[in-house]
Formats: sequence, C-alpha cells, structure tokens
Amino acid sequence: MTDQKPIIVVKDLYKYFGDIKAVDGVSMDIEKGKVVVVIGPSGSGKSTLLRCINHLEEPTSGEIWIDGEKVTHAAKQINEIRAEIGMVFQLFNLFPHLTVLENVTLAQKVIRGRSKDEANQIALEKLKRVGIPEKADAYPSNLSGGQQQRVAIARALSMNPKIMLFDEPTSALDPEMIKEVLDVMLDLAQEGMTMVCVSHEMGFVRSAADEVVFMDFGKVVEHTTPDGLFNNPQNDRTKLFLSQILEH
Amino acid sequence: MAEQPQGIKPIIELEDFSSKRKLRDLPWWFFAIILIAIYVFFIISTKEEYNAAFDFIKIGLQVTVKTTLISYVIAILFGLLAGLGRISKSIVLNNLSRLYVELIRGIPILVLIFFIALVGVPVLVDGMNNIGYWLSDRGIDFLGKIFTAITNQDISMNARAITALAFTYGAYLAEIFRAGIQSIAKGQMEAARSLGMSYGQSMRYVILPQAVRNVLPALGNDFVAMVKDSSLVSVLAVRDITQVSRLYAGSTFRFRESYIILAVMYLTMTVILSLGVQLLERRLRIHD
Repeated sequence: MTDQKPIIVVKDLYKYFGDIKAVDGVSMDIEKGKVVVVIGPSGSGKSTLLRCINHLEEPTSGEIWIDGEKVTHAAKQINEIRAEIGMVFQLFNLFPHLTVLENVTLAQKVIRGRSKDEANQIALEKLKRVGIPEKADAYPSNLSGGQQQRVAIARALSMNPKIMLFDEPTSALDPEMIKEVLDVMLDLAQEGMTMVCVSHEMGFVRSAADEVVFMDFGKVVEHTTPDGLFNNPQNDRTKLFLSQILEH
Repeated sequence: MAEQPQGIKPIIELEDFSSKRKLRDLPWWFFAIILIAIYVFFIISTKEEYNAAFDFIKIGLQVTVKTTLISYVIAILFGLLAGLGRISKSIVLNNLSRLYVELIRGIPILVLIFFIALVGVPVLVDGMNNIGYWLSDRGIDFLGKIFTAITNQDISMNARAITALAFTYGAYLAEIFRAGIQSIAKGQMEAARSLGMSYGQSMRYVILPQAVRNVLPALGNDFVAMVKDSSLVSVLAVRDITQVSRLYAGSTFRFRESYIILAVMYLTMTVILSLGVQLLERRLRIHD
C-alpha cells in the first residue's frame, strides 16, 4: 500500500479573492482510504481548499490531481471528475422542489443514465444506510436538519464516489442532531472511503481521522496525526487554537 | 383578562369593533366592478342598440384571445433565453440580452408595434430574400428557394402584430426570469454541479423548476397586462375587439355603446385573470 499513488494531489495551490489570499500556497497528498480532517480558525481557507478540490472554486494557480487526472484547467472533463467526488455542504443544499427519493435519484438518472427502477433501488439502499428509508417520499422541508444532512450524504453516495468531501457538515445542526450525522460519517470512514472533512468535531477527529491538517491564514501550519495533534502539537498557533476549542 | 370595573363603560366595544372591521375588509371595489359588469350585460341583453353593437364587437374576441395567447407563448421563449443570457458569464450573450432588454424598455410599446411590424419584419424578410437571390444567382438554387419562400406579402398584419407583441414582452419577461433565477440560493447550483451535472443540466433540473415556480404570479400579472396591451395591435388594422369597436363606432356613430362594451369586455377578462393569479399566489404560499 505504501507505493500506491495518492488519490488527491494538491500542488502549490493559491486562491485569491481580490486581495484576500484565501489559500496561500498549499500542497498535500492524500492516499486512498484515508480520512483527513482539516481544522483551523474561520477564514483560514479550509472551505476554499475543499471547494478547490472539486473545482467549485477555480484556483488562482497551482494544480489539483484526482486519481491521476488533472482537475485544474480541465473544463471538459470536470463534470465527469466531479461525479466521482461526493460533496456534503454545511447548509445541506437539498433540492426543495424534489422529494427525498428524487433528490437521491436525479443525478443517477441524468449523469449515470440509470433507469428509474435501478436508481430508485440504489437510492433506497443508500437511504437505508443513512438510516431514513421511511422518509423517501417526504419533501426536504419536512425533515429535521440532521435528517436533511443524512439525505445529502445519501445523495452524494448514490453516485458511488471515490472521494467524499464534507464542508462543515455539522456546523448548522442543533446539538442533538450532530451525533446521527457523525455516526454515518464514522461508518463511511470505517468502510474505507477516502474522506476530506472540514470539521471541528474533535470526537470525530479522535475516532475516525487518519490525518489532521491545521490551517491558518491560508497556509498549512501543521499536517499530522490525531495523536500528534492532541498530544504533541508543534506549532504555537496550533496549540493556541486547540486550547481555545478544547477548553470547554 | 383583568376584571371590568363596574359602572365604567369600555371605550371600545370589542364585538362591535370586529364586525365593523369585517365590513371594512370586504373587497368593495370588486363588488363595484361586478355590479358594473352585470349592469352593462343587462343593458346589452335588453337594449337593441347595445345588443347590435355587442354582436358586432364580439367577433373580434377570437383575434384578441389568439393574438394574446400566441404572443405570450413566444414571449416566454424569448424571455427565458434572454433571462438566461442576462445571467450568463459569456460577455457576448450577456451584452446581447442586456441590449435587447434595454432597447425594448426604452421605447413605448405603441412605437415598437409600428416599428417591428412595419420596419423590423419587412427589413428582415427583404434581407433573407436578398440572400436567397444571391444564392440562386450562384447556382445554389435549393438553398436560395428556402430564403425566398416567404416574402413580405405573405406575412399578414396579424402575424406581424404577434411578432411585435412577443418580441416586446420577451424583454419584460426576461427581467422576471432573471430575478427568479437569481432568487435561488447559490448552494443549489453548487450542489447540482458537485454531483457532476453540467451548467445546463443544473439549470434544467434544479434551478429553473424552482425559479419558475417563484415567478409564476409575476408571469401571470404580465399575461394580464398583455391582454390589455394587445389592444394596441388595432393600430395595424388587426381586427381585435378594439379595432372592431372603432370600426363599429365610426360607421354607426354609436360611440357610447361601442366603447362602453369594449371597456367592460377588457375589464371582465382582466378581473377574472387577476383573480386566477391571486388564487395561484395563495396556493403557492400555502405550499411553501
């Protein structure tokens, strides 16, 4: 496994919004099956980095390779590459005009060309996996935040992605709903899904993460293991950040 | 509630107040319109002069309805395309749609109808014909024939009127569609794109269904407006109810009868349609 090529390669990535350097020279390799959690203060460029990986943001410069294919400046294949990368958003972004089942089958039918029966079957399988098959015919507005986020995960999984990106998936949730989403994520991690998560759920970092990336001011300050992060943080800014979020 | 001290009368009698309020909230204006309409239709059915005028004018109803419906359907297509152009990242598409919208909005509809029907359409058709002749001269006859198949004589004033109304309203509807699309949260497009859908697929399956639903009331209001503006095509001698009324009034000198009937006919159509739009709006609100 050690000589395996990394599934995500980020090389000298820069992303500016006007004068603001959101991502300021980031490089990292992520191997298949690894769970990487990106942490850092707000505005440190975590989300922007994640959104550059599936090209929702166009990098100012630098390269991103997904499974041996270049994402940057690949306008034509970008849709094909994106179909292999599931993404879960902070605000769920379910399609409110479609039922849960339709949310999970839409891209399957449009992109994968699956028949209605096949798509429905896969959708129900994924909904079972996130624990809410009984909500298949409900509309998103009738679900709780936690249920909506689980549907969003099922929607991403229905495309059989190689990589899952999570952009603060529990930040908009009421506290009692965080666990149900984290449980699904943990389950995915244990099955060997390659995951990149922007999250401050330290419990999740402890139990699921293989690597932790600490970002500040657009730069990777520390790239380490959960153990290294909690027990032996190298950088002063990492220590300060940890003391702030672990205090309570 | 605190107990009422004896002997002191409350300043406002609650019961009385609410029933007054109910009376105040009734749509009196609407009853007035219905009364006017009933009165006029009563006169039509009882008075000989009105009856004759109505029988003549109602012939134009078909043209009014047809012109409005066809123009509106085409206007929706123009509006959708121009609306998508307005939010497009392509500089060419963006500016072309902006140009279209601003040109139309800067010119009165009456002038536009003259201009499109009597200048725009003829110039366009002449241009096509000339291309056809040029092609035929060079021996490409089969292509030339396509371009010369339709000449200006073949295009009726009704068709020109429909073109003018559709082109004009397309610009108005474009702004409605643009606003509707922009009202959908950015995350919807991102979620669709992140699943691998192209821009067009995301628009078609995710953004437009939501946007169109949001702007249905606005589209309905513009349809009502178009029913009224369709009267302007009478300047092209298209025999809609306005033109037929003018003809009747001019030949019989019964101005009063003609124009009362004409006004009430428009009023009946627009009030019924407006009610429909309001119902639609209420249903959409319940659904949200």
